[in-house]
Amino acid sequence: MKITTNWLKEHLDTKFSENQIIDKLTEIGLEVESVESQSTELDSFLIAKILKTKKHPGADRLKVCDVDIGKKKIVTVVCGASNAKEGLLTIYAPPGAVIPKNQMKLVVSKIRGITSYGMLCSESELNLSEKSDGIAELSNSKYNNKVGKNYFPRNTSNIIDISITPNRADCLGVKGLARDLAAAGSGTLIDKKKIKLIQKNKQKINIKITKEKNQGCNIFGSCLISGVKNTESPKWLKEKIISLGQKPISAIVDITNYVMFDLNRPLHAYDADKIDKGIIVRNSKKGEIFKALDNKDYKLENDMCVITDNSGVLGLGGIIGGTRSGTELETKNVLIEAAYFIPRSIRKTSKVLNIDTDAKFRFERGIDPLSVEQGLQRAAELVKKICGGEVSKFDIQKVENIKKKIIKFEISSFEKITGFSIKQNEMIKILNKLGFEIKKEKKALILKVPSWRPDIEQEIDIIEELVRIHGYDKIQIVEPEKSRTKPTLNKKQRLFHFLQRSIASKGFIETITWSFTDSKINKLFLENNEEVKIVNPISSDLNVLRSSIFSNLIIYLNKNLDRGFKDISLFEIGPIFSGSQPGQQETVVCGLRAGKISRLNWLEKDRLVDVFDVKQDVVRSLVESGFDQNKLYIDDKTPSYYHPGKSGRIFLNKDKEKVVAYFGEIHPIILKKIDIKTESLAGFEIFLDNIKQTKKSLNNQKTQYKYSDYQKSERDFAFVLNKNFHVQELIEVISKIDKDLIRAVKVFDVYEGDNIPEGKKSIALNVTIQSSEKTLKDEDLDRINQLIISTVEDKTGAKIRS
Amino acid sequence: MSDIKKIKDEFFLKLKEDLNLNQINEIKNDLFGKNGLVSSQFKKLGSVAEEERKKFASELNTVKDELQNKLVKKIQEIESKEINQKLEKEKLDITLPERPFFKGKIHPVSQAIDEISSIFSEIGFSVEEGPDIENEYNNFTALNTPDNHPARDMHDTFYLDNKKELLLRTHTSPVQIRTMLKEKPPFKIIAPGRTYRSDSDQTHAPMFHQVEGLHIDKNINMGHLKGCLDYFIKEFFEIDKIKMRFRPSHFPFTEPSAEVDIGYEIKDGKIVIGEGDKWLEILGCGMVHPNVLKNVKIDTKKYQGYAFGIGIDRLAMLKYGINDLRAFFDCDYRWLNHFGFDPLDVPTNYRGLSR
Repeated sequence: MKITTNWLKEHLDTKFSENQIIDKLTEIGLEVESVESQSTELDSFLIAKILKTKKHPGADRLKVCDVDIGKKKIVTVVCGASNAKEGLLTIYAPPGAVIPKNQMKLVVSKIRGITSYGMLCSESELNLSEKSDGIAELSNSKYNNKVGKNYFPRNTSNIIDISITPNRADCLGVKGLARDLAAAGSGTLIDKKKIKLIQKNKQKINIKITKEKNQGCNIFGSCLISGVKNTESPKWLKEKIISLGQKPISAIVDITNYVMFDLNRPLHAYDADKIDKGIIVRNSKKGEIFKALDNKDYKLENDMCVITDNSGVLGLGGIIGGTRSGTELETKNVLIEAAYFIPRSIRKTSKVLNIDTDAKFRFERGIDPLSVEQGLQRAAELVKKICGGEVSKFDIQKVENIKKKIIKFEISSFEKITGFSIKQNEMIKILNKLGFEIKKEKKALILKVPSWRPDIEQEIDIIEELVRIHGYDKIQIVEPEKSRTKPTLNKKQRLFHFLQRSIASKGFIETITWSFTDSKINKLFLENNEEVKIVNPISSDLNVLRSSIFSNLIIYLNKNLDRGFKDISLFEIGPIFSGSQPGQQETVVCGLRAGKISRLNWLEKDRLVDVFDVKQDVVRSLVESGFDQNKLYIDDKTPSYYHPGKSGRIFLNKDKEKVVAYFGEIHPIILKKIDIKTESLAGFEIFLDNIKQTKKSLNNQKTQYKYSDYQKSERDFAFVLNKNFHVQELIEVISKIDKDLIRAVKVFDVYEGDNIPEGKKSIALNVTIQSSEKTLKDEDLDRINQLIISTVEDKTGAKIRS
Repeated sequence: MSDIKKIKDEFFLKLKEDLNLNQINEIKNDLFGKNGLVSSQFKKLGSVAEEERKKFASELNTVKDELQNKLVKKIQEIESKEINQKLEKEKLDITLPERPFFKGKIHPVSQAIDEISSIFSEIGFSVEEGPDIENEYNNFTALNTPDNHPARDMHDTFYLDNKKELLLRTHTSPVQIRTMLKEKPPFKIIAPGRTYRSDSDQTHAPMFHQVEGLHIDKNINMGHLKGCLDYFIKEFFEIDKIKMRFRPSHFPFTEPSAEVDIGYEIKDGKIVIGEGDKWLEILGCGMVHPNVLKNVKIDTKKYQGYAFGIGIDRLAMLKYGINDLRAFFDCDYRWLNHFGFDPLDVPTNYRGLSR
């Protein structure tokens, strides 16, 4: 909502300066977003006189004019207007000026070989009128001695742009703002006297609001003004319209707009002669078509509130009028409409048709239903004054009587909510000025809510009004108590934060990417899950919720590769989605490593990042999180986006309840499809929701501390077994032989090739044997050696390598 | 001079020479070998007259010890010299680079969430979460924003179905609803998380982060709200003196509602939070609207309280000096390295929020 203090002062008698008013507006919840000086753009336009014109030597239709722009300066301007002639007073725009109509900035330019310094303007270019044929012609008597002066009077009043919250419909008019300021002590509201109108005749056009379900119009007031002479608006009105950032059109249209912004009372003006018989306000029928004032054709659905006549739809009530009955300069008889449309109906219709107008914006927030007459009165006064004509009596059709809301306000409730108190007198003063009618009771006020405040419905709204006007700065700070009754984080949240930092500590950089992604890339990671589409995505490459974090991570990894990085480790912790219902999501830590380890290193030979790097990342993080490394169970069933031979999944134990992580190299086909240029790419996904949290704390999970000082022995074995046989099982078989004696099993070599049969592999192990009861003798060790060999051969089909 | 003394003098002299280990061993053998000089003297012991024997033995033992000590010392000298020579050869250019390591980083938004949680933890808030996908009821209707309410226009919502019943939450406020439906008052929670609006330009991202706060109990009033936020802002920015302004505003789910501005100034092209004369809006808050409490079946006669919503990304930008919101989500390796935090840098109250 844009206002100027000059306009405001038509409703507010105040000694406050503009800055004080701006501060006050913000203090009472009418946030001033910007203050712009009105003068800048228009200041450069000067009143000028054409001294001489001659034909442009290079163009028939152009003239070269010598123009007196005051201060003894004469400039050359090339002009194409046919009315440019010697002696004409007109409006000159110097180089650097911005033309209001098209926002073009003028520069000194050569036009067919002749340099033109600035431009002579038409009224349309200055948004003064629609007149675009020829340059502006200023009257000799009025402007002759003003050559060189600003055409637009320097307006000291700035344009104040106020952000009006959706609850404050009443402040979408200057008067409403004045009322709030007055209540807050920044002046007194001026009660404008009505001008007495002579209204002899009845309004002749028959108006009917049909009684039907979902009727969107409650009140339809109208006034016929006959015999008018529509014209350009007078200067004061044009200036007001321009200060709103709008274009003056004609007196009648400008008046309806002015009243809307002044009183927050939208009006509509019809050319009465274009109305076919009477007006019927009714619900639309599907398929009805009308051409609106924005020159678009709208096809209507059922149950939209339309203003119609015998020939069809005239306008969408409260939203936009139609071209068929619009006023023009030739209009002789004008019907002014002031109606009340139901916000819900307005909103529904405008949403379906996607129309946004100033009237719609106001009606959907709720207009004062009792302002119908006031609006007609004000409009009639102005039309009569500017365009003449005879004003009819007001015709007001009503479907429903509007009753003011009544609220009982317990005085004590104020302190209960705000923590401080104000005197009852102060409360009454504020509410009075806001327009409430007040009846005092012992401990309460019975309040009749002003009709322009649809937002006020209950006691809490009254408290807000009081504290808002009295000042939020009066609320006293209560220091917070430093006590805690519940732990801040639950176990899952703690795991989240732990894993986040655990992964980062392994050299991964944390990223945060969108929860949505490109469906084309997401498909590569979708597996058998449902694609979760966004109905209205922000762009076509962010059109689905991600099924895996890999999609975004790979996209961004690729961008970083393009930036010239080669060895990158990125991760993200966040949601992935499996459906479109709330809760169909899980939290995943997803990491990607690309490139090489020890690239360009003087100490070590470089090597590609591989599956065992990411396996280490995951296992180490799980162990750091408190899970027993020896219990982790791994197999090789992984989603299709992993390299089938170089990936695995991890369970917390052999029961294989839920997969807690996948890790592995990314499938080469994916790399090819995404066209990612890296030597190697390996990643992992840890599923937080699948990590079972025990009730016991980590401390309570620890076993009793035991140790053995008896001598340790180590024995090496090499077994030849089937290539597909998992070493994990081999280790398990050995460990289980004697849990007391076998303390550790280490794999120190894996070999395939010469001397090993096809389809077999040789695994070399080192087994640590130690008793907690005695020093083992050679016989004991031999026995256990034999047991290891026979058990392994027995259970795994392996052969000891001799 | 006795033989013993002669041996001693002779060998002491010999041992002064520059010898290697082999030569020492030879000497050792010459002295203490089977037929060594000292060994031979011991063999003589039996033949020495009884009255001389004691003295002879004593002298012999002393010389033996002296020689042995001398030998040991000489060996140590040689060994140490040899080691030093060897080490001298092994000397490296120690300014060569160490084995490489890669520093991981925590995203500034994650760091900010940890800082915020830590601050609110101190005054008794616990952390709640809610799903990113919400139904229309929890995101709007229950929060006193019925269908056709103009306030819905302020939220450009991403929808997941054509009936507009499923959406990506536009704020963290639905966590209030979920928490209040699930448990019984009092409530004292914060809910950080991702939020979504179909809005994208320099200052808006389609996804951003908010932290919701909710404190419902008996007699919690606007003074408590002001106190809580005043505490939070000072702790977060780690500045004792920050101007704070409560400004009336409107949110459908709170009443009275306020927006909170903090003071700042521009110094050397940088925003300095504190006592400057400019105002910066940083959050929205208010007393939970009675309609909201009724929607979750809470007795408004008994319970009341406040709620607030803070844009985390914006706070992080202000605190860490980040200019561009979009950069948070661009995943530029250089940016992440520059603005990211060390994983060991966990914000806590006792160690300080930030280094």
